[in-house]
Amino acid sequence: MDFKLDKCHELQRQLFRSFAENEIKPIAKDMDENEAYDLDLLAKLQKYGFFGIPFPRELGGGGSDNLGYALAMEECSRIDASTGITMSVHTSLCCQAIYHNGTPEQKEKYLRPLIDGTKMGCFGLTEPGAGSDVAGAQTVATQNEDGSWTINGSKIFTTNSGFADTCTLFAITDRNVKASKGMTCFIVDLKEMPGITISDNIERMGIRAASNCIVTYDNVRVPADRVLGKVGGGFKIAMQSLDSGRIGIAAQAVGIAQGALDESIKYAKARKQFGRPIVAFQNSQFKLAECQTLIEAARLLVWKAAIAEDKGEPFSALAAQAKLFASDVAVQVTRYAVQLMGGYGYCREYPVERMYRDAKITEIYEGTSEVMKMVIAGSMKL
Amino acid sequence: MKICVCIKQVPDTAEVKLDPKTNTLIRDGVPSIINHDDRSAIETAIQLKEQYGAHVSVVCMGPPQADIALREALAMGCDEAYLLSAREFGGSDTYATATIIATALRKIGFDLVITGRQAIDGDTAQVGPQIAEQLHLPQVTYAEELKYEGGDTLIVRRQFEDQSHMIKIKMPCLITALTELNEPRYMSVKGITSAYQQEVNVWGFDALKDDLNPAWIGLKGSPTNVFQSFGKQLRQAGKVMTGLSDEQAVDAIMAKLIERHII
Repeated sequence: MDFKLDKCHELQRQLFRSFAENEIKPIAKDMDENEAYDLDLLAKLQKYGFFGIPFPRELGGGGSDNLGYALAMEECSRIDASTGITMSVHTSLCCQAIYHNGTPEQKEKYLRPLIDGTKMGCFGLTEPGAGSDVAGAQTVATQNEDGSWTINGSKIFTTNSGFADTCTLFAITDRNVKASKGMTCFIVDLKEMPGITISDNIERMGIRAASNCIVTYDNVRVPADRVLGKVGGGFKIAMQSLDSGRIGIAAQAVGIAQGALDESIKYAKARKQFGRPIVAFQNSQFKLAECQTLIEAARLLVWKAAIAEDKGEPFSALAAQAKLFASDVAVQVTRYAVQLMGGYGYCREYPVERMYRDAKITEIYEGTSEVMKMVIAGSMKL
Repeated sequence: MKICVCIKQVPDTAEVKLDPKTNTLIRDGVPSIINHDDRSAIETAIQLKEQYGAHVSVVCMGPPQADIALREALAMGCDEAYLLSAREFGGSDTYATATIIATALRKIGFDLVITGRQAIDGDTAQVGPQIAEQLHLPQVTYAEELKYEGGDTLIVRRQFEDQSHMIKIKMPCLITALTELNEPRYMSVKGITSAYQQEVNVWGFDALKDDLNPAWIGLKGSPTNVFQSFGKQLRQAGKVMTGLSDEQAVDAIMAKLIERHII
């Protein structure tokens, strides 16, 4: 057992950190204020391979693994959680689904451009009336005589949909069986298909720079070869993708917490009250020590889940544990960071205000903390 | 075109402190980085490779830990890497260092050698020019712009304090790069994972011994020795006099010079 990163992962972390510090940090505040992701930054992330990290180089990917991807998620989210979710939805929910379930033709046609940074991906599962209750989905696909499918329905909170090219979309294809058997996944060209409407960005509390819209499908006709995996196999693909995605979200939560801790330490060293820097007070030190410990524990859970996935071991419960714990840590640490910085922490001038708002979503998306507990309890054979 | 880039791994001086007793750098816990000018040297080589086709070798003399600097250079796009590392090389001054590197370069082969102008730890700016001298190469130092003119010709803009020189130079030659030359790229993820599947050639004394006299290298082979280092005494801030006419200013300066018995 060795808890240290090897040299290759260390060097990856060095890349992710310097990129985040130099390229993301200067514009993170503006992106949040503008509620729009900077497309030049997106292009740079694509250029340096941030959207294909865990995939084989032969497919245009980075040739790294889920641990390397978790490091990228942490380092980018340490500066800007919106960048984290943009990467995560593309990588885990869209690309992983195609990578694990796609035919060689689908991988060549859809996965390669997603991985090599030419195209962006998103994931359409959640609906206005079907959140945690995935099986309550109303979006329907019916097969036509020529084998093609016609899709009708509406998906909400589709991250990246404002600029994405490719969507892994889930629709009910058989109403006569349970949704876990009657749901199918389709690979949809968001930009080329008539009948698709994408709303404006949904106004949110945090991760405001991320693109997140309602996507409506009105008689959208997709060819038969766009079915990902088996007809009726969609629910399984969705659950698989979310299991994997949770490791990324947990890493994002660790990054948000670490970013807030770093900012608050910097501030506490400079800020003087009662004649000394506030970091010299034992109350500050004890709270910062607690935060450091929580973050380290959360990070180890993330790495454990990522390494299990890399080794092909079961990781669903590990990922849920990592997300449950890390998201709670993110909310606690950012809340404390704002508190330590007092009135200044509450001001938009300092990034902890944004980080506090951003942290909350990690307890909600890709499975709420309550759903995480269901997954963990389920694995305990209670 | 065969390009050799020489780099040095240095402590990140933004985070370095001096030991108050010995006045030497405290290197413990300080991250090591590729020297800034050297990164620009790497970027120049990779740009030439992308535009005209070239094979880029990167060379670093240093302890085994310098391996990571070479991996970083590979991850940016260099083709092969050489680490010159041996106990015998330790304690070398700039001249002995240049002797070792020049010997390695002769063995690797090159049309163009690019080094950084100077390292942020030693700040001598000597190793590049000394390599050129040892290899009997023409050189342009302080390069802030470089263009390949085709054939064996480069046009280099050399920076001076108050002017620039445009110099045409024929390869084989040596260029020392300034950070102004370009903005070095990041490593790519693909580059990093490939870099760790590649071998870094580690050359000890034995690899070079046929062409390297032990008397020329290490502490013994170094014509210069640092016998003491010390911090600079801070000078008092100068006195600023404003609002004087030209004549009054001359009088004021003359008065000060006389007061100090300088004239």
